Amino acid sequence: MSKAAIQRLKERFPDAVTDPYEGVGGDAVAMVRKDRVREVCRFAKDDPALAFNLAPYITAVDFLGSDPRFDLVYQLSSTVHGHRVRLRVGVPAADPRVPSVVEVWKGADWYERYCWDMYGIRFDGHPDPRRLYMYEEFVGHPLRKDYSLRGRQPLIPERVVDEAFRGPGPAGRD
Amino acid sequence: MSDAADLDLVPAIATRREDALSGLSRMVSQGLGWARKFSLFQYPFVTACCGMEFMAVASARYDLDRFGAALPRFSPRQADLLMVVGTVNCKQAPILKRIHDSMADPKWVIAFGVCASSGGFYDNYATVQGIDRVIPVDVYIPGCPPRPEQVLDGILLLQKKIQAQPHKLIDRLPPGQPGQG
Repeated sequence: MSKAAIQRLKERFPDAVTDPYEGVGGDAVAMVRKDRVREVCRFAKDDPALAFNLAPYITAVDFLGSDPRFDLVYQLSSTVHGHRVRLRVGVPAADPRVPSVVEVWKGADWYERYCWDMYGIRFDGHPDPRRLYMYEEFVGHPLRKDYSLRGRQPLIPERVVDEAFRGPGPAGRD
Repeated sequence: MSDAADLDLVPAIATRREDALSGLSRMVSQGLGWARKFSLFQYPFVTACCGMEFMAVASARYDLDRFGAALPRFSPRQADLLMVVGTVNCKQAPILKRIHDSMADPKWVIAFGVCASSGGFYDNYATVQGIDRVIPVDVYIPGCPPRPEQVLDGILLLQKKIQAQPHKLIDRLPPGQPGQG
């Protein structure tokens, strides 16, 4: 079912939707060109045969060292037909700007703020482009692979404590 | 009578006076300590999953009321005991500090659970590595989350500490000295 949905998207946007494959969990996945995201999403929602009226999750992945560096992942779901697809959008580190899909799905608002907060991907046309979790004073984007794991930025002065040895594990990594 | 002899007498008299006063004030202190340790009005600063264990220990089965610490006050100005239950991250640290500052003396703090005590396994970009980096802590209760028995043990430890502390009926700071914290 979701393969047919990807096929339909691919027929409608032959130059924007490419490389379909079956992803983990059995959902059909396709790559979408960055500048056509909003157009594709608008069609996926409005077309009666697709009717993806939900975007249950929009997130990003940082593939540090590869090009494009980031992957935006749009998980789409339809309560009408009961099918799901996943759209992946490559975002280069040099120009991390993507058209916002808040006007398509209102619920995408906080997901896009999350992607800005954690990965530093800007969404053009977002109505409220603030951080979601971290505070405004925070510098950097903590889920980027090149952000230090313990890069704490306290808001108020903290008592200085000598670092205790916490044994092997992720704490000793940086 | 020389000045030196005069000076020699003064400490002896002052010591006897202090002795008499300190006997009284020790009795007052012990009485106040006894009263204070059994009427801990707590402010539950519950931020995370330890809150479930806090509910367990506060409700009927383990019943914090047996130790006089049952009444949660949701205004820090009415509370004696700040219970920091759960992870505190950098974004919340100013809030926690402000709540601690607005509590009236005497006040005590319990770090409930390993996250509040040391950051726990959240050794990452967002979490304060123990609330003692921001506010003073009296009792640390380890555990993820702590068993209710551990919490009761922590309360008993705090009661012991309160009983051993000096208390005063009127405890004013000297004029001109800024408030604590």
